[in-house]
Formats: sequence, C-alpha cells, structure tokens
Amino acid sequence: MNELLNSVEASSLREKPLEFEVGDNVDIHTRILEGEKERVQIFSGTVIARRGSGVRETFTVRRIVAGEGVERIFPVHSPKIAKLEVKRHGVVRRAKLYYLRDRVGKATRLKERRVVRKKK
Amino acid sequence: MPVGMLGRKVGMTQVYDEAGDLIPVTVIEAGPCVVLQLRSIESDGYEAVQLGFGDKPRRLASRSERGHVVALGSKRQKRVVAAGGESLPKADCEPKRFVREFRTDGEEHGLSVGQELGVGVFADVPFVDVIGVSKGRGFAGVMKRHNFAGQRASHGVKRVHRHGGSIGMSADPARVLRGTKMPGRYGNAHRTIRHLKVVRVDGESNLLLVRGAVPGPNGGELIIRHTNRRTGRGKA
Repeated sequence: MNELLNSVEASSLREKPLEFEVGDNVDIHTRILEGEKERVQIFSGTVIARRGSGVRETFTVRRIVAGEGVERIFPVHSPKIAKLEVKRHGVVRRAKLYYLRDRVGKATRLKERRVVRKKK
Repeated sequence: MPVGMLGRKVGMTQVYDEAGDLIPVTVIEAGPCVVLQLRSIESDGYEAVQLGFGDKPRRLASRSERGHVVALGSKRQKRVVAAGGESLPKADCEPKRFVREFRTDGEEHGLSVGQELGVGVFADVPFVDVIGVSKGRGFAGVMKRHNFAGQRASHGVKRVHRHGGSIGMSADPARVLRGTKMPGRYGNAHRTIRHLKVVRVDGESNLLLVRGAVPGPNGGELIIRHTNRRTGRGKA
C-alpha cells in the first residue's frame, strides 16, 4: 500500500498490540461514555474470527446470552478497548470458527490448550 | 474567497477521532504549491493568483511552460528590457504539472510570485470544497448511470434485464421528452464535493485529511478551496 497512507494510518494504530488468538476465551473491557461519566463494560466470549489489516483489522467475539447467540465485532485498534484479557486458549484447527454458530449447548465448548511456559 | 490549494488524491483510509470513533477519510497531498503569477485588472482584466503543483520533467515541458516559471532570456524579453520595459517576475522553480488560478477580485491576499504555500493554510478551516475529475465509466447503461432498477430476472423478461423500459408516451406527444434519462457517457466530469469536514492538517508532510470521498482516482489532481456554503453545519 501507499507509504503516505501508511503514515496516516500509523497514528491510529495501537501502540502495544492486543495478544490473542482465534479460539481464545476473552474478556474485553470497553470504555463507554454515559453523559459525562466514563464507565468500563466487559464483554466476554470466544474469538471466532479475525479479519482485515492495518486500522481496518477487526475481530468477532461470540457468546451465548440467555440462550441466544450474540456476536460483537470489535476494531482491534479502537481506543475504546481499554483492556483485553485472555481467560483460556482453545484448541482450534481453522482460522474462522463459523461452525460454532450451528452448535448448541455442550457442543459449543472448545478443548483447552495448555500453554507451556518456557523455563527461564 | 481566500486562495485555496492544489493537490493530489492519495487514497482513502480510516482514522480514530478524539472520541475514539472510526471515521472514513480521504488523504490528500496538498502542496507545496508555488505562486506562478499574479493576475491584475490592469494587465488581465481580473484579479487572481495562479498556483502550480507537482513538478513536470523539463524534457516534457514545452518552452512556454518552462519560460513561465523561469526567465529564459528570450530575444523578445531582451528587446523589451532594452527598450526600458519591465521584465515579468518569475517563480524560479521547476515547470509545474498542474496549474490553476484562484480569483481574488479585490481581496487582500499578500502573496507574491515565487512564494511557496503549504497545507498549513487550512489549519483553522473547518470545512472545504474539493473539486476533481470523476472516474470515467465510458458508455454506461441506465442502471449504472441513473440508478434505474432494471427489469426482473424471470417472469417472461427476455434479454432486457438491464434495460430502462419505456422512454415515453404514444402518438401524443409523439416525441421523447427533453432530458429523459438514457444510456450514455458517464463519469470523467468536473465534480465539486462541497462542505467536507477537515479532519487533520499535517503541515510537515503536506497531508490534508477530509471526511468522506472525493472525485477521481488515486493520484488524481484536485483543487481544494474554503467552502462557499454558508448555511447548515458550516456556520461556524
């Protein structure tokens, strides 16, 4: 892509990248402005897709609320995302987990992937 | 109206504003522009400032284009000076690819030939108009050109799925009304987009970010001026 465009986009990029992978269970802390006050809301679910590049990069988080599937798309570089916590890694074999949409109940679970920490 | 700028469309992208909202922007490389000539009532019958943007290689520039920006010392010029005439002020720069004038009509602009303008002139401007030549689409049908709905895919429609249908009545009036929308040349036309919000002005690299789209392809030449819309949101 054009160098000038890159230089413009660079100013909108997150300084420290968010670290997560598709299949992870995550908590996303988003800043919400209510009138004058700022509040943090948490959305937790499974990352089922990550797409785009540069400032246009987004990821989709899916969770089940009151028996109904809810998906929310977040821009990776949004300053409204205060924090992203990875609660659990999942074992996945593909980049887009759209097959989870057709599953109900226990079948929506992903196997946990234990991360072995490297010894210092 | 104050003098505007000439520029080049770099492309579109998105940036976050202070509120953290993602907004679509067009990046315009506006400047540096060089003042090539000042038009005056006495010599030209009107007042204007002529700006040039983007260098043109000397081998491609005509002799008149080269002579316009730098004193070539032509025979005629020498004769004029010898006869006691004044030699015209020149910008003393490379020949320019894109040259346009901005009417000033009695306004005080304080510019002189050879002066270089940067995008900084828009630093405190909330809204601008952008003029460019839209992308040419050739001979286009009515669906693309006039947003007609076309006809159905089935139910007896044959070979006319993208046609416009009837273009008029019968024996009365026995002609097609003037201005009826039909296929034809589309695009490649001078278009002005008014009242675009200035999102950011980067004086260092001469980049201007405006909200929304502007006419023409990436790399296309643009004229940017202060908006002439006085009503609505532009009332600052």
